[in-house]
Amino acid sequence: MQLIDHRDIAAGPEAVWAAILDPEVLKACIPGCESLTGSPEAGYEAVVVQKVGPVKAKFTGMVTLSDMVAGQSLTITGEGKGGPAGFAKGGAKVTLAPEAEGTRLGYEVEAHVGGKLAQLGSRIIDGFAKKLADEFFERFKTTVEGPSVPGDTPGEAPEEAASPDGEAGQKKGWIKRVFGG
Amino acid sequence: MPKDHGIGASMKRREDVRFLTGRGQYTDDVSLHGQTHAVMVRSTVAHGRIRSIDTSAAAAMPGVLAVFTGEDFKDMGGNPAGWLINSRDGTPMREPKRPVLAHGKVRHVGDAYAAVVAETYAQARDAAEQLAADTEIEELPAIVDMAAAVADSSNRVHDEIPDNLCFDWGWIEDNRAKVDEVFKSAPHVTTLELVNNRLIPNAMEPRASIGEYFPGTGDYRLTTTSQNPHLHRLLIAAFVMGIPENKLTVVAPDVGGGFGSKIYHYGEEAVVLAAAKKLGRPVRWTAERSESFISDAHGRDHVTKIELACEKDGTFLAFRTATLANVGAYLSNFSTATPTFLHGTLMAGPYKVPNIYVNVKTVFTNTVPVDAYRGAGRPEATFSLERIIDKMCRELNLDPFEVRRKNFITPDMFPYTTPVGLAYDTGNYGATLDKAMEIGDVAGFEKRRAESAKKGRLRGMGLSTWIEACGIAPSHLVGVLGSRVGLYDAATVRVNATGNISVMTGAHSHGQSHETVFAQIVAEKLGVPESAVEIVHGDTSKIPFGMGSYGSRSLAVCGVAVTKAIDKIVAKGKKIAAHMLEAAEEDISFADGKFSVAGTDKAKTFGEIAFSAYVPHNYPLETLEPGLEETAFYDPANFTFPAGAYICEVEVDPETGKVDICSFACADDFGNIMNPMVVDGQVHGGVGQGIGQALLENTSYDENGQLLTGSYMDYAMPRASDVPFYTVDYSCQTPCTHNPLGVKGCGEAGAIGSPPAVVNAVIDALHRGGLTHVKHIDMPVSPSRVWSAING
Repeated sequence: MQLIDHRDIAAGPEAVWAAILDPEVLKACIPGCESLTGSPEAGYEAVVVQKVGPVKAKFTGMVTLSDMVAGQSLTITGEGKGGPAGFAKGGAKVTLAPEAEGTRLGYEVEAHVGGKLAQLGSRIIDGFAKKLADEFFERFKTTVEGPSVPGDTPGEAPEEAASPDGEAGQKKGWIKRVFGG
Repeated sequence: MPKDHGIGASMKRREDVRFLTGRGQYTDDVSLHGQTHAVMVRSTVAHGRIRSIDTSAAAAMPGVLAVFTGEDFKDMGGNPAGWLINSRDGTPMREPKRPVLAHGKVRHVGDAYAAVVAETYAQARDAAEQLAADTEIEELPAIVDMAAAVADSSNRVHDEIPDNLCFDWGWIEDNRAKVDEVFKSAPHVTTLELVNNRLIPNAMEPRASIGEYFPGTGDYRLTTTSQNPHLHRLLIAAFVMGIPENKLTVVAPDVGGGFGSKIYHYGEEAVVLAAAKKLGRPVRWTAERSESFISDAHGRDHVTKIELACEKDGTFLAFRTATLANVGAYLSNFSTATPTFLHGTLMAGPYKVPNIYVNVKTVFTNTVPVDAYRGAGRPEATFSLERIIDKMCRELNLDPFEVRRKNFITPDMFPYTTPVGLAYDTGNYGATLDKAMEIGDVAGFEKRRAESAKKGRLRGMGLSTWIEACGIAPSHLVGVLGSRVGLYDAATVRVNATGNISVMTGAHSHGQSHETVFAQIVAEKLGVPESAVEIVHGDTSKIPFGMGSYGSRSLAVCGVAVTKAIDKIVAKGKKIAAHMLEAAEEDISFADGKFSVAGTDKAKTFGEIAFSAYVPHNYPLETLEPGLEETAFYDPANFTFPAGAYICEVEVDPETGKVDICSFACADDFGNIMNPMVVDGQVHGGVGQGIGQALLENTSYDENGQLLTGSYMDYAMPRASDVPFYTVDYSCQTPCTHNPLGVKGCGEAGAIGSPPAVVNAVIDALHRGGLTHVKHIDMPVSPSRVWSAING
């Protein structure tokens, strides 16, 4: 399945680029990600738990970043083995283009599944992959921008926003945390 | 009054008593002391190179007794193809080795490359999952599309076969030039490109096997889901494992449907036998339904271009076809015969068409092997013919009933030799067409169409006049055509001392009702009640020999072997009776269970003769052996040629594209009928499967060779609500001229004749509704395809 879409992010291309290279950001944005270790250069080892239709599985595999043109584009590729559930692999070609309000992050996602996942879940796999991709880039946008209003981030209760400084600082968003402000 | 027993009676099926009360004994019901459980490890990629398999972790898991990989079987023989086909240039087909377990490469999703045996099923399964995790397979680009496969030599299913082509077959090559010439000058030419959709057999009982080894004697025993236990024995013993045939017993107990998929030998059977020997314990394996989807041989999968040359009045001049036939990743046992000699030889249909040329290119792909499935090649031939004839009728504005009638071979023309190598012995195709038009109420169609129109539905009527060559047998013929085996069958009739009878048949019943129908034949011929006759099948240690049940051959081949053995019993009985009655043998006649001296009231019952044969106190021992048991092998002189006419009526909802089948009328000529109720059931089942192919069933692979229709959520099987009440008639009977029962076979008929009737009806409905831009819709004719066709 193939999917082409974009997100407009209220941050400059350099900031967005740096975020993509931050494993903590990746971990936070990959839905169901239980762990992610490694570096942008060597690639990451990831453990992701997902449920596709009747098949729930823990995928272990590699996430690699390639074709990197700093501040402009890169390819994120992942391949996970889900044991008896089969496997999933996919990639996203990501481009960054400066916009008046920030950055337009364009992505072309391709996803393939195999084994039981394909045999039993093929009917729903396209929709599932789209949902995962949407979720990933939406989380990424939110993480980079930070909530515009306290409590605006889905799942974040207002009282959490009012928690002690350290955490509140994080909730200001990744960009403010890294670049100050 | 209809007969209540014997030949021609609609006797209820004796096997149903155990099936309907849950007392059937299937392979998976067999439980053995000390048994162990095998689970296969199957490829999740369509094409890949096996880089490494680390068995150590799996082998150390609780309960694990043995782990096997392709390496353990690499020195064993390959699972062979049963028919040798030569290409047009005379070169033999390419035959890659099909190993017990994949070695070096995996070639389809579901290709088993390892097996784990453990104390319990759960332990075996856990270890199989571990083994899969410890296996490194480098995924290679999958070869899925046939046209791409033959065009690209850089990517190969088998490294030694550059263009993925198994063979390029021409039938008959000598016809080719003449056919081409006729097309050049023909007044009209119709062309049609069509797909015969790939089907998954979906027998109700999944495949299962139990291997046993007896170290004291060195004997093996395989209990398995087989349509032909002796064929399994031959393939496993002589070709794959190198076991002497007399050291291997193959038992096929109750088998829950096969439709062709259980003809073939599969690697799991060799695995359980080898594992049983290694462990000294029984090893069992039963497929999960998900495994069946990706490991049972699939059916059909042809892409065909067919052309018809004719006069403006619809008189056929020539047919020419070019087909790509998918064999999948390996050659299954009958896979090379199905698209060739079960397909190309039928391309004349029931018609007197003077010129025919058939070309079939058979292609390897990274998909499950494809082989014979109910009808096997003949549904593909019939679909191509009946669809293009219908298209030609529309192009020339001719009546499809009359065009077929005009082109029929007529009863005075038999025996009739077709341009594609068959000699039809008898038939009356006009009679079955008339009968179909009567029971299908063609005359009343217009009224029904108007009724449908009031509901906003488009009603259409589709016709298919079909023929098949079945009773797959004559060894001299199939030998010429490339078969590597003989296709006779055998039966032993054993009359016991107390007068009851055991009949051992080479035919195997897995839904065909042999236990009922063969008993009727024996009862009729020997004048004994059916209850005195036991039919024994499915065990190589009990039955004499046999090539099994497929190709609508059980009755026409094995049934005749039974009658031949009975003839021998009666002949011997006459000798015994002549002695006991002190009469000349030629004066003894046998009727209604009695041996009588002509012109007298002196007689001995069948039971008295049987008793005398085993208690030979008053018996001609000097000239006659005691006992009353006879075996006959029967090899027919020709195929049988059942034929018929099917009329399907459909309603199409133009808003949604949904097709509903309103009625289905079948007028068949099966020759003589042994049990009408069983014939009804066979036709109902066959037509149901044909409707499934026409409207619902489709096997879909994605571009990576992943099976997308791998469960009943995505693979649409026909349900009761999808099929109509059938009108079935087989009163038009031209008995087969070369077998003594005069029977032709009925098992595949419905699946052969029905798909084109359904599709023709859908196209007819659209045309009558003014949607004349729709020339063809590929099967399955699903609502989305119909809607898309309607809306351009």
